[in-house]
Amino acid sequence: MPEEFKAGCARPTGGPVGETVEKEETIIKNKPKEIQRMIQVGKKAPDFSAPAYLNGKFVNINLSEYLGKWVVLCFYPGDFTFV
Amino acid sequence: MSIDSVFVHKMWDDYELSKMVDGGVPFPMMSDAGGKVGSIYGVYDDDAGVETRGRFIIDPDGVVQGFEVLTPPVGRNVSESLRQIQAFQLVRESKGTEATPSGWKPGKLTLKPGVDLVGKVWEVWKTSMAFD
Repeated sequence: MPEEFKAGCARPTGGPVGETVEKEETIIKNKPKEIQRMIQVGKKAPDFSAPAYLNGKFVNINLSEYLGKWVVLCFYPGDFTFV
Repeated sequence: MSIDSVFVHKMWDDYELSKMVDGGVPFPMMSDAGGKVGSIYGVYDDDAGVETRGRFIIDPDGVVQGFEVLTPPVGRNVSESLRQIQAFQLVRESKGTEATPSGWKPGKLTLKPGVDLVGKVWEVWKTSMAFD
């Protein structure tokens, strides 16, 4: 029987179980691992393009379109999460 | 912005958010499948496959003035974000001649950094002013 899980604020995810499958990454030797780093205050915000839902329409948004305005850019874990 | 598709954004707005905000969310709900944008902003959690609660204030020149990142279970304080924007706007309008000390909010004392103020902040700014 499927086991019930409690819905929390983290988005439920799964993953492979059992024997570890060798990842492609480990096969390709010497591949430099990308290091994620935080952007810096006082520096330009990296421009991006992203599809969006806005007032009943699907639109493409470029951050650069908002030059001249103050922007609050918010990331969140997922729609229908509780917080 | 989240890793959800724009279709899910629409459903969330239609079925839930429009019941909290009249007319639904008035700003773009962006989709970042794969977390490509979140990764360059440093808020993509590779293990969970989602973005953390990152909030960035970007000025009219496209410069990041501030950010805050929280883990999923704790929500943001919108008033604090607005206060920070008001402070950054004041500093910008003063062309850097004024600064907002700890606890500043509109109507409270600002500081005018300069030779005369060195070592004299204690005379004009009290620690009680750091609080609301």
